[in-house]
Amino acid sequence: MLSKRIIACLDVRDGKLAKSVKFVDTRDIGDPVAKAREYYLDGLDELVFYDITASSDKRRILLDCVEKVAAQVFIPFSVGGGVRSVGDATDLRLAGAEKINLNSAAIRRPELIAECAEAIGNQNVVLSMDVRNVTVNEAQPSGYEIVIDGGRTPTGRDALAWALTGEALGAGELVINSIDADGTRAGYAIALTRSLADAVRIPVIASGGAGTPEHLYDVLTEGHADAALVASMVHFGDYRVSGLKQYLHDRGLKIRMSW
Amino acid sequence: MSPTATVIVDYDAGNLRSVQRALAEVGVTATLSSHPADVVNAQRIVFPGVGAAGSAMRTLRKLGLDAALKHAIASGVPTLGICLGLQISLEHSEEGDTPTLGLLPGVVRRFRLDDPRLKIPHMGWNEVRVVQPHPVLAGLVPGDECYFVHGYYPDPTRVEDVLAIANYERDFVCSLGRGNYVGTQFHAEKSGRVGLDLLARFARWDGKFEHQQSDKSRNDSVRAEVAGAQAKRPC
Repeated sequence: MLSKRIIACLDVRDGKLAKSVKFVDTRDIGDPVAKAREYYLDGLDELVFYDITASSDKRRILLDCVEKVAAQVFIPFSVGGGVRSVGDATDLRLAGAEKINLNSAAIRRPELIAECAEAIGNQNVVLSMDVRNVTVNEAQPSGYEIVIDGGRTPTGRDALAWALTGEALGAGELVINSIDADGTRAGYAIALTRSLADAVRIPVIASGGAGTPEHLYDVLTEGHADAALVASMVHFGDYRVSGLKQYLHDRGLKIRMSW
Repeated sequence: MSPTATVIVDYDAGNLRSVQRALAEVGVTATLSSHPADVVNAQRIVFPGVGAAGSAMRTLRKLGLDAALKHAIASGVPTLGICLGLQISLEHSEEGDTPTLGLLPGVVRRFRLDDPRLKIPHMGWNEVRVVQPHPVLAGLVPGDECYFVHGYYPDPTRVEDVLAIANYERDFVCSLGRGNYVGTQFHAEKSGRVGLDLLARFARWDGKFEHQQSDKSRNDSVRAEVAGAQAKRPC
């Protein structure tokens, strides 16, 4: 059986590692290439790079960074942020990314998901969704709304409906990032993750809010997630990837323990 | 090109540079090539690939790489097939009902799983159980996991070609080998230290492998394990 995956997310801004709290107050916290290598050697299962500037004039910086990581990290590696076309996806793939994360651009033009799936394979297209809690209403019957542009623009779209649309268009995986939980270290959005994970047939990666090893356990069990994404809790040195894996293994989850 | 090079067969089947980078990490300079002459003259061949069997076969034929691969393997060049490269080394794939290279006897089947919660493709880290010792897999120990991404799996005709097994609801063959050919369904280039170690062993391998015919009890245990996997397979 497959192991539950621990995925580290590196938010990159101008080639430097950054971390936000609730998508604001971004600060630089180091060299993403060195961090990626450190986590890889410590047993990380998968790596995600997210370019939080994503402006076209800074693309080259990101591509250089992706190339450096790909030469040092031999686990699945996905990159997102500002992917607007198959060309953007292909550039990142050539630089060494395996999977491509789509987010805002897929909301603006959903066919982008199908185009990328056709070009690079469904399994390499990850639909990343930033979600916030809203009062249940006619447009958002799930009580969850998709927000784009790094948390700045509410779309009015229902998160559950969008997850199903994304899957139907060919996304191979979903990242469900709770804006309400992001950076709080108070735990993943369990109910949100579970409701989406139960609705789709593709793997779901829970994101946002991890603060303790138990939070990972909860979202991988109660939350029905296939993978847990971590950022702050490892970036600031409070926890090590290997320690998180040992904890989850000790609690009985199937975890890759030799690396 | 130097005739001593390690050649990665480039037939427009996915991102082959990740294989090249992983080989570089273990000290092997490998060249991507889509020229039949380079494949025929290679000292060592890596035959990777992701994508669909049908389009892969069309591209191989168009480039003349199908004949080159057959020739090189028949002449004893150590060859490593990875994922789709392994699958199309067998005789037939259920994917698009595609006749494939026939370098090894066997077919490729689609996962048909009973548990609706299990997702296809089988994607992620899974344990690889070596059932027959082979120089290229010698570094793997029980509990080691490798990275898989596939919706189809190899089903070789000859039990003595089976080197390793993984489980996804039921057991399936995830590595096979015969003579100078060895193949893995998992992506060694994305499997961390375990995968790099495998690539390093392949880079040193002399292409010799004799399955353990003399060791009857060992062969029987492999056979029992594979037969068990086959019995559980739905048709």
